Amino acid sequence: MFALILALPLLGALIAGLFGRWIGARGAEIVTSAGVIGAFAIGVKLFMTLMAGDELQPIILFQWILSDNFTAAWSLRLDMLTAVMVLVVTGVSSCVHIYSIGYMSHDPHRQRFMAYLSLFTFAMLMLVTANDFIQLFFGWEGVGLASYLLIGFWHQKDSANAAAIKAFVVNRVGDFGFALGIFGVFWLFGSVNFDVVFAAAPAKVAEVYRIFGIDWPVMTVICLLLFVGAMGKSAQIGLHTWLPDAMEGPTPVSALIHAATMVTAGVFMLARLSPLFELSEAASLFVALIGGATALFAATVALTQFDIKRVIAYSTCSQLGYMVFAAGVSAYDASMFHLVTHAAFKALLFLGAGSVIHALANEQDMRKMGGLWRVIPVTYVLMWIGSLALAGVPPFAGYASKHMILNAAFAAGGWIGPLLYCIGVLVAGLTAFYSFRLVFMVFHGKPRADHHSMDHAHESPLVMLVPLFVLAVGAVLLGVVGEAYFIGEERGEFWKHAITVLTLHDTIARAHEGFVPPVLVILPTIVGFVGIVLAFVFYVLRPQWPAQLARMSGGVYRFLLNKWYFDELYDRIFVRPVFWLGRFLWQRGDMGTIDRFGPDGISLASQQISKRAGILQSGYIYHYAFAMLLGLVIIVSWYVFIRVFI
Amino acid sequence: MMTSLPLISILTFLPLVGVLLLLLLKPGSDHTAKWIALVVSTIVFLLSLLLWSGFDSSSSAMQFVENYAWIPSLNIRYHMGIDGLSLFFVLLSAFLTPICILAAWDSITHRPRDYMIAFLALDSLMIGSFCALDILTFYVFFEAVLIPMFLIIGIWGGERRVYAAFKFFLYTLTGSVLLLLAILWMSITAGTTDIPALAEFGFTAQAQFWLFLAFFIAFAVKVPMWPVHTWLPDAHVEAPTAGSVILAGVLLKLGGYGFLRLAIPIAPLAAHDFAPLIFTLSVVAVIYTSLVALAQTDMKKLIAYSSVAHMGFVTIGIFTLNFQGVEGSIFQMLSHGIVSGALFLCVGVVYDRLHSREIARYGGLASIMPHYAIVFMIFTMASIGLPATSGFVGEFLVLLGSYQVNFWLAFSTATGLILGAAYMLYLYRRVIFGKLVNSDLKGLADLGWREIAIFVPLIGLVFWMGIYPTSFTEPMVPTVKKIIADYDAALASPVAGSDPAAAAAAAAAAAEGDEAEPKKPAALILR
Repeated sequence: MFALILALPLLGALIAGLFGRWIGARGAEIVTSAGVIGAFAIGVKLFMTLMAGDELQPIILFQWILSDNFTAAWSLRLDMLTAVMVLVVTGVSSCVHIYSIGYMSHDPHRQRFMAYLSLFTFAMLMLVTANDFIQLFFGWEGVGLASYLLIGFWHQKDSANAAAIKAFVVNRVGDFGFALGIFGVFWLFGSVNFDVVFAAAPAKVAEVYRIFGIDWPVMTVICLLLFVGAMGKSAQIGLHTWLPDAMEGPTPVSALIHAATMVTAGVFMLARLSPLFELSEAASLFVALIGGATALFAATVALTQFDIKRVIAYSTCSQLGYMVFAAGVSAYDASMFHLVTHAAFKALLFLGAGSVIHALANEQDMRKMGGLWRVIPVTYVLMWIGSLALAGVPPFAGYASKHMILNAAFAAGGWIGPLLYCIGVLVAGLTAFYSFRLVFMVFHGKPRADHHSMDHAHESPLVMLVPLFVLAVGAVLLGVVGEAYFIGEERGEFWKHAITVLTLHDTIARAHEGFVPPVLVILPTIVGFVGIVLAFVFYVLRPQWPAQLARMSGGVYRFLLNKWYFDELYDRIFVRPVFWLGRFLWQRGDMGTIDRFGPDGISLASQQISKRAGILQSGYIYHYAFAMLLGLVIIVSWYVFIRVFI
Repeated sequence: MMTSLPLISILTFLPLVGVLLLLLLKPGSDHTAKWIALVVSTIVFLLSLLLWSGFDSSSSAMQFVENYAWIPSLNIRYHMGIDGLSLFFVLLSAFLTPICILAAWDSITHRPRDYMIAFLALDSLMIGSFCALDILTFYVFFEAVLIPMFLIIGIWGGERRVYAAFKFFLYTLTGSVLLLLAILWMSITAGTTDIPALAEFGFTAQAQFWLFLAFFIAFAVKVPMWPVHTWLPDAHVEAPTAGSVILAGVLLKLGGYGFLRLAIPIAPLAAHDFAPLIFTLSVVAVIYTSLVALAQTDMKKLIAYSSVAHMGFVTIGIFTLNFQGVEGSIFQMLSHGIVSGALFLCVGVVYDRLHSREIARYGGLASIMPHYAIVFMIFTMASIGLPATSGFVGEFLVLLGSYQVNFWLAFSTATGLILGAAYMLYLYRRVIFGKLVNSDLKGLADLGWREIAIFVPLIGLVFWMGIYPTSFTEPMVPTVKKIIADYDAALASPVAGSDPAAAAAAAAAAAEGDEAEPKKPAALILR
């Protein structure tokens, strides 16, 4: 029965995709939404079963790849980690499906859109229910495909096509590492099944792997390779460049894929593979550093962007940084909790932004908004809720999870703990600032849009608002409701064996034991409030200040506005050299060298030789006689030479 | 074994009966010619399915064997049979031929009857090469394949068809001259031309070196490996669509098949010594040709270069000589046969309509040819190796195998995953996505029924092979195990003298084992 979680969205996608012409747009909308909502219902059943304390064995559907001792099966792993992810994925996906009915109502290709959404949901569910690395990889690449198709949904737009390719290729860089990690797992354990690998892992800690003539702890090598995959999907610094560009896709896509689900796959992977990562302190340290760097980097960039969706995209990137460094300090529970709350409030923010964009006839530049709160009051209130949750204001959802992440980071101790804590607090302030910068720029102040679009601006239809209400309820309540189970006293009973944390590394337990001084516990909240107040000052009281500050800080501002110049750098060191090298190898290598000295050269040479040889055939007897005589002389001399000297 | 019918001979020579029928046809009855070719090739395909259904998946022995004396004075026999290695190559050849004939249905207007003759002849020769168990018979089929292909490119090709045809012919012929020498030498030394017997003969390490070199050159050109690949882009670009399909789909696989059927079993010690060289060349091929593919402006050239890169995976997999590597490379060959064939058919669809292969001439086709866009997308993804398509299984197993050989081998090969995605998506974007700029594209019709009928079975196979590959890997298992076991045994055997220290130790261990070397007293009939 639980296999229906996978089957229903797939069925929806196939029906809408293959028979879209016959069932019409409305039919496609109904079929796909029903499929996903059905999957959600079964997900609830699964969750309840697990909450009741039952342990479920993995469901093996059928054999996939069988190659001697290598086996992979299509299967479902049914533990709490899966159940939580299934609820997040199908829950947000249901909201987005319904929202899309309204948002895409003018698009001629709605069947295709709905089919892609359901296809994505299916792939994501395959990812979270995987019972071995190979199905995890299937989901990994499957969501990549769906993301590619959805980013490039408006395929007449060149920028959308470029963004789609970029998303796929950058993710492939991550998958490259991920795949190598999987090979490493198989090489080390002789299996890719989670249960087998996790059970055997502790015994392999001491093994080393020789690369570059240096012995590396094998667990570290494998974990780092696997983490490269997580970096790609979860847009960690270095492999993040695709995420902001992915905003070229329709807004519901951003909410589903680039906020709530696909980008969290990396975080999910860290939790799922916690039995491996726990065994390598070096890899965990790396994970924590990358996460911290991402949180800081993305938050600074978000301060300066003007495209409403890009601000939220960088915010997503930054929040993913939180989740990743939480996993790096072994606070997987907190990391997963933030994943869940973030899914609710970030999807809410994206869909709210979509509502704004919808109201203003596809305007995305916040400089052309302002004063919208009178026009779209419901959206306004919902955006407030989302922003409060994002800023970590108690008791909204983001508060509890972010709070625990920061405390756990501090509790990690050493030099890394306080460092991450400081970064985290700073980023909390930045987050509050840019979130409310968005709210104030869009909804307050004087309207900067032209009269025409202001007059036509309208509140979204109910079919778009209802999903927003649902998500808003989540953004308000999830923190309070979930805290005890995810990170509180019930957490051991809740997660059971789904997440492994060595007692030595249990930072959450340490945080609960009062390891963190009370001042530091409340500091992030205070900093968050300061951020909100500053945003109020800058964008409501003194709207001329931001421009002045930007002028004063000159270089720093341009650096942030241009997103730390990552795109320009990659263009210089990867994209252009690769194309240049391709042309060079083709023209100089293939044509200029291999063909020139190979086949073409030989045929040219043989032509010339035969031409020269042709000259010899002069037809004069004395020429031939002379040649014969010459030959005779040479042969005789050779004979003599051999006789005399050898 | 289920019947006493000589199924393999029927499969091999039935297409030639079709050729005969076509020759008897009055000139001008082109339509009939097409139907005869289609019916004959379809019957051949259906019969080839009997091979699959009657195949015993638990055995590594040759099946459906036919073994008759052919030229008794030279001890050359007509010895045919299949094992898990050849089974699917026979099926692939038989499957692609009717598709090629359908693809040429409307697009070949110049001497269609002769075109059909060429394809039926190819069908026969390809099946023959994969079933031949006598090395001379193999050589005859292997070489004869060149003739119809040469004609297909040279007569029905594009503007530079003559250049391409000669380049194709010269490259492959150079390789096979050495192969012939090797075959002659072996048959004199071993006194037999039977492939299984030659594999058991146990040539000396030095002889194996020279034999392998000959095999290597012949098959490397066929695969093709870098740097002897430059005939392929030209041949593909000039060949008509169906020619490209067979070329990429089956003919390249003769190279990989040759390595597995001849080079490794007959010269295992040399194979072991050559492996690093082959790995190096293959890794260069994967990276180099992927980069070159990125720079192409001609659709067919791009796909041709991608073929070289994908075949690089195959040669790596073969020479890992572990189970996943070898099985993966066989699977990758089958998958590539389907996928690259289908990609060439995709190019053919728009070439038939606009007579241009220039990528820049297209763009925005998604809006007017939605079905075509879907089909092209599926094969693009299969070429990229997305899981659940056939492309994934082969590539993944090859990489899995290569990782067990060497981390850096797997690492550098896996960069092909990134580059492969880049050039295929870049191609797709330029052809299918974007705005419809060129006004003459507006009138293009979407896929017709004939074209859909061509693509549907290919799509079905791509997913079948991707989602439940076990149907295809299962019959291979015993044969792959045998190839690897024989190879390992040869390396471990005392005669194995490639490594002096090991040889000395082995010789000391088995002092009297040496005289077991010449198994059969060489008859030396061929004097």
